[in-house]
Amino acid sequence: MFRSLLFIPGNNPSMLQNADVFLADAVIIDLEDAISIKEKDNARNLVHNYLTTSSVLPKQIVLRINSIDTVWYKKDLDLLKTNKINYLLIPKADSKTIIEVNEYLDTLFSNNNLDEIKLIALVETARGITEIDKFAENKRLCAILLGAEDLTNDLEIKRSETNQEIFYARSKVIFACATNKLISIDTPFTNINDIVGLEKDSAFSKSLGMKARACIHPNQLEIVNRIYSPSNEDINWALEVFKAHQANPNVGAFQLKGKMIDKPIIERAKKIIEKAKLFNLM
Amino acid sequence: MLNGVGREVPDNVKAFVKSDDFKKRKRTLIDKKNKQSKTVFFDDLKLLFDELNISSKMTLSFHHHLRNGDKVIELVSEEVQKRNLTDMHFAPSSIFPSYKLLGELIKEGNITDIHTNYLNGEVADLISKGFLKGKLIMNTHGGRARAIESGDLPIDVAFIACPTVDKLGNGHGAIGKSACGTLGYCISDLEYGKKVVLVTDNVIDELKEHQINSEYVDYVLVVDSIGESSGIVSGTTEVTKDPIGLKIAKDCANLLDYLGLIKNDFSMQTGAGKTSLAVVKFVEEIMKKNNIIGSFASGGITKAYVDMLEAGLFKNLYDVQCFDLDAVNSFSKNKNHIAMSASEYGNPFENSPICDKLDFVILGATEIDLDFNVNVTTDSMGNLIGGSGGHADIAYGADVTIIISPLIKSRIPIIKQKVTTVTTPGTDVDILITERGIAINPLRKDLLDKLKNSQFPIYSINDLLDLTHKITGVPKQIIPDEKIIGYVEYRDGTIIDCLRKINYESK
Repeated sequence: MFRSLLFIPGNNPSMLQNADVFLADAVIIDLEDAISIKEKDNARNLVHNYLTTSSVLPKQIVLRINSIDTVWYKKDLDLLKTNKINYLLIPKADSKTIIEVNEYLDTLFSNNNLDEIKLIALVETARGITEIDKFAENKRLCAILLGAEDLTNDLEIKRSETNQEIFYARSKVIFACATNKLISIDTPFTNINDIVGLEKDSAFSKSLGMKARACIHPNQLEIVNRIYSPSNEDINWALEVFKAHQANPNVGAFQLKGKMIDKPIIERAKKIIEKAKLFNLM
Repeated sequence: MLNGVGREVPDNVKAFVKSDDFKKRKRTLIDKKNKQSKTVFFDDLKLLFDELNISSKMTLSFHHHLRNGDKVIELVSEEVQKRNLTDMHFAPSSIFPSYKLLGELIKEGNITDIHTNYLNGEVADLISKGFLKGKLIMNTHGGRARAIESGDLPIDVAFIACPTVDKLGNGHGAIGKSACGTLGYCISDLEYGKKVVLVTDNVIDELKEHQINSEYVDYVLVVDSIGESSGIVSGTTEVTKDPIGLKIAKDCANLLDYLGLIKNDFSMQTGAGKTSLAVVKFVEEIMKKNNIIGSFASGGITKAYVDMLEAGLFKNLYDVQCFDLDAVNSFSKNKNHIAMSASEYGNPFENSPICDKLDFVILGATEIDLDFNVNVTTDSMGNLIGGSGGHADIAYGADVTIIISPLIKSRIPIIKQKVTTVTTPGTDVDILITERGIAINPLRKDLLDKLKNSQFPIYSINDLLDLTHKITGVPKQIIPDEKIIGYVEYRDGTIIDCLRKINYESK
């Protein structure tokens, strides 16, 4: 479960050294867009050394590999042999990509006796959005991250402050995730100096159904964590519901402060409490 | 012998005992200057040297309000060099990288002894390498004032750069093309120097208000320029953008808030670095959110504090030195922006110095050890890179002293078993805030009690050291050279540590 995932370039030693310090629920070590072509091998070596020697790794590590149509992607996947990576972020995800990565991972895992790993699909093409319902059913998948920058490039449209242009894509990600019990992760807010804009857009994204957000600067984490956490009001409500349910365990539906409480509401309350416990909010 | 912080110091020096030991002694004051004659104006330094009969082995003092733009110390150094005066004792309140001629004079033996509160740049490098034939004494700001007024640091001639002087010999720091604002560091030099020279590039008929009273001024030297304005107000005004610095600053402000230290009528001081400015910004946000009005902020004053004064968040600023142009302008126009002398700021024998009224201070450190002793004088190799300035003064005076620093700087851990050099005793340091955790001095049981149920990541300083070593490995111990090149003098005049020549073989 995440609220925030922080991108860290794989070729930056000081940022890697401090990757565990920030408030991110997971850190995405990036070998793809943040790394220039001539730095690809160096970055991979640096990440390998970091993962195998650092005594202070982040609690959850996501590795963004290069896309499957590059010469680097299989070398990137060799980093799984460190056994320090918790999730793989698959760029330009669509049905073909997810199938190919899965097949390669099957071979890699059986040949090297590695533990299973979960995937996060980075949906950032029109094809990815169109095919999302197909590959969202993949068993290794645990989350889908929307990549709005590449997506709007693909659509040949400009990003705007209102994010109107990604409403459909956001909705597709949210519905695909909800259907398949995956975590929907929203695209990063790219203006790192606009804290007010980040807060407003994140609140809107959460209201649509996004469960987490990727960040491109540590200064965004506090707001993102706050927005995507259950509020104190939510937690108190959930505790009240839970308590009332425990007092009436065999009753299908009951009233609490004049409002009807039934199974879906009890389930929602349980999810809030689970999240609050996980993120140390109660 | 071992002094009060466990440092080996020679038997013939006054060893540091503890930070409040000065309370056992009475204030010693030499007579203040009692000048009968009128102030005499010169426009030729050579003639002035002749008039003053400046000769070898004399002590000349300077202040550092013109910072890296100062031309006065270079001007006087040139004349010392031309006359080939030797064994001179220079006592500038700080030494900046632009004071290049001092280096030559040290190498040639013209200057053999130095008193200062802070130094970096070439002069620091040369002294670290053992080029100074006599000794370097590192004072605190308050300690320098104490040393001058007590006669421990007798000054033969005080050269006081003064941005504007009137025809009577009164001076002001915030007027003129070389305006630097307050002139807090030179007041003891002015009052107790055997001879006092104001050096200026701006003479006007009459000053309505003055910071320097002509009754102490023997001579005025008029020159073309006393400083480069770009180097004078060179303090940073930017809040850090470094995520680690911001995290530390935010944690610091939240901790202050949790401890109830940001309350009505509170007082504070911070350094002027980018992370300190971030702390100020976060404290400001908390003050605004909770409608808090503070009593005062003090120290070297920056735009951040000026803005808070103007917004009514503080009632007063007490300013020993303006760090930027906004502070200079504020001092000129705002009566609540008040100048203070170094003595009023931090002299332990002053009656109620400002440092003693501070609720909390936020300071930096090059190193901190398991006893919370702090080094801001040398790096971990023993190279001179700074000095106390007001560090030890306000650490003693404030109710809560907080050190903020990344746990690792350029791959070097800041926590040591023992610091390379003790600048500020650990008994005066209460909290260390790093990006990976917070350590509370076990002597502050009250703070530990208040924080025991908090969610702050509180560790023992030993645990933080272990964590650092897990990341960096254990650094090789540096064995200093045996040659003592100077002393770190605590504010009460006792020796808290020795400064030793760099040991190249140890590298």
